[in-house]
Amino acid sequence: MMNADISAAARSRRADRRRAVVGPLLLKVLALGTVVGTAFALTPSLVGQERWLFLAAIWVIAGVLVATYATGRGLPAKYLVPGGLLLTLFVVYPIVMTGQLSATNFGDGTRTSKDETVARIIASSVQQTPDAPRYNLAIATSGTPQNGPYAFFLVDPGSGSVFLGTPEGLEQLDPGDVTIVDDFVTEPPTGFTLLTPSEVNAAGPELAEFAVPTDRGAIRQLGISQAFEGRTTLEYDEARDTIIDTETGTEFTPQQVGDREYYQSESGQRISDQSWLAYVGFDNYLRVFGDDRIRNDFLRIFVWTVLFATLSVGSTFLLGFALAVALNDRRLRGQKIYRAILVLPYAIPGFISLLIWASFFNRDFGLINQVTGLDVNWFGDPTLAKGAVLLVNLWMGFPYMFLVCTGALQAIPEELKEAAELDGAGGFTRLRLITLPLLLVGVAPLLVASFAFNFNNFNAIALLTQGGPFSPDNPTAGGTDILISYTIRLAFGAGGAQIGFASAISVLLFILTGVIAALQFRATKSLEEVH
Amino acid sequence: MTQDLAPSIVPDARRTRRRARSSRSRWWREVGWRHAVGLIAVIWALFPISYIVSAAFNPLGNVVSTGVIPRDFSLVHFETLLNSPSIPFGRWAMNTLFVCATVTVTQLLCSGLAAYAFSRFRFRGRRGGLLTLLLIQMFPQFLAAVALYTLFTEIGHTIPMLGLNTVFGYTLVLLGGALGQVWLIKGFFDTVPRSLDEAARIDGASHAQTFFLIILPLAKPIFAVSGLLVFVGVVAEFLLASIFLTDPRVKTLSVGLFGLIDSDRSNNLGVFAAGALLTALPVVLVFLYLQRFIVGGLTSGGVKG
Repeated sequence: MMNADISAAARSRRADRRRAVVGPLLLKVLALGTVVGTAFALTPSLVGQERWLFLAAIWVIAGVLVATYATGRGLPAKYLVPGGLLLTLFVVYPIVMTGQLSATNFGDGTRTSKDETVARIIASSVQQTPDAPRYNLAIATSGTPQNGPYAFFLVDPGSGSVFLGTPEGLEQLDPGDVTIVDDFVTEPPTGFTLLTPSEVNAAGPELAEFAVPTDRGAIRQLGISQAFEGRTTLEYDEARDTIIDTETGTEFTPQQVGDREYYQSESGQRISDQSWLAYVGFDNYLRVFGDDRIRNDFLRIFVWTVLFATLSVGSTFLLGFALAVALNDRRLRGQKIYRAILVLPYAIPGFISLLIWASFFNRDFGLINQVTGLDVNWFGDPTLAKGAVLLVNLWMGFPYMFLVCTGALQAIPEELKEAAELDGAGGFTRLRLITLPLLLVGVAPLLVASFAFNFNNFNAIALLTQGGPFSPDNPTAGGTDILISYTIRLAFGAGGAQIGFASAISVLLFILTGVIAALQFRATKSLEEVH
Repeated sequence: MTQDLAPSIVPDARRTRRRARSSRSRWWREVGWRHAVGLIAVIWALFPISYIVSAAFNPLGNVVSTGVIPRDFSLVHFETLLNSPSIPFGRWAMNTLFVCATVTVTQLLCSGLAAYAFSRFRFRGRRGGLLTLLLIQMFPQFLAAVALYTLFTEIGHTIPMLGLNTVFGYTLVLLGGALGQVWLIKGFFDTVPRSLDEAARIDGASHAQTFFLIILPLAKPIFAVSGLLVFVGVVAEFLLASIFLTDPRVKTLSVGLFGLIDSDRSNNLGVFAAGALLTALPVVLVFLYLQRFIVGGLTSGGVKG
């Protein structure tokens, strides 16, 4: 009887455990199945678009996940792989990629390869002749309607044949692959989406350059739903790397201008402002240090970046520390209320505070000029603007230091203070000789982190002054620019993206951030050893 | 001055109370001045916030008519914000909530798992891995913004749902920081006695069960702190959002509200302030609620190696 009880209990326990194992196992199989399934699903379109690196990446990811979770080995890996994969893909790989980009001239006007550029130049010379064949056109994209890449689905109204036109050329399709209504493609194969008429209009400038090269010339768009096959007036001689104008006989050859090449005639006439992607080695770095103006900009901005970070950490720490000491007394009534209120600037999302502060410095109606009765153009003068940025950053940052110092103060044993008092040390002496050093040991790593944060505090600059004020002759480097805001403007600014050059500065920023952090960590360590 | 910070000594205090005048000056020297400092600090901390409130409820909603002290009360800006078809505020809020929730949960989970491995297992490359993490964290992800932009243009060509200008793509970028909280959480795990794990293992729990059922519940405070830090960080993330999200439908609150005030710095102040209040209020409330955890969390994680 008792035996039966025990074995029943054991059985039910075993069943419990089995149930506990089956659930996670099912989840695991489902998750891994989804991963492998996704990899399979993406493969055809990646092969079609010849994106081999991407394809390899997808399968490596799937492989790593299966290898980690489908086998019983490598226990730590099961815990490290998810975060590690994300870190590798979206932090480490981009860092490597930044290094690669910094050795190119990538930017506006050099986004395409040389072959694509030549094909585009040839295709854009297409002219419509009276007997030019016409096609019914549907414009599709395999990416986004705004940025492409685009593709033409063409129906020859005479024969009913269907073609896919891309910058690489024309390809006849099996009519079964697409849906055709009234001689128009209404549903493209998977991987493509059709653009709506308004999207076609919005993409007008990009589509104006879009042409499908053919044996007789090229096919170009004619309105929203028509395309024509015209004759090109330019020819490309691959052996001599020369573009020839068949009407005038002018020859255009690649000529180096700055970090990019253009096809130019002997008289210096440029056939197109379109250049192409090329490796330039260390040219971008040489430009930072070789070009007088850029070097001066870079050094000036670097000095201000260090100053900005140092003063920000210093001022926020001093204010935070002072307030923490002042409010760290158990006899103080309403201590909790003080603390809750003083934390508010830290709790409010930074972009809100920065934008509000930016309005305070408005010359005509801003709060600061109104209250003080001044008429100062705060953001118009480099020095004043720097002061304003520091003041705002003090407001943004002191609560963090206040919190941290409050925590650290509470961790300092009372006996130490009492002992010092017995030895006859006054309040201020105790603060300087006992409290501050002890507190610094705990807080120093956070000061380092705060320095690194402010060194790249893009928001504080971008949302307050946009890097300004700018002198009229130098629209790329402003009075309050720090390195990161300068870099971002170079890469994405209105004056034409210089992605290769901006990447070179990013790499320098990586190095600087690393060196400074390493130096400070060493300083912190020695501080810890002293006490 | 040097005597100001002296803590009171109880027997002395009783004697001095008899002499009222000297006791008041003593109160001032020991506690009163602290109130004075506190009040000034409160004014300094609060006046910009009071300005936001004032602007949000000021019916005119421009810079000229707004002061620090709220004078009028009107909900007109909140109505504009929630009803104007050109300002998809609800959409922005949903996007932000989605991004924040996904990133926070994923980051805590990934960091928690990794921290557990670093704290409990001994394996080859453990020390190296920890140091590498510390090194990589030194570099903010957005330093590689240019490369990320190029990378996601590529991804978008194959998987449009994850490309530039999509909420999913933006979320995915931010997930790059999935191991951002490892050091903080590991510092806490190190303080949890190993005997707990061993007891659980003897009772037949698998390593996964030990982690999810024993360790995780104990680590609630540290997860509250790091979760809050991640959440606040993501709400305020502006740089990558401004590069990735340009279509009004996919914007988050930070880029959306920025666009609002950037288009007309003077006259859109009221609507912006209303949006800012609605954004900041929940964050501030959670912050104040979790404040007691934060101080300990920040220092313990930062100091422990």
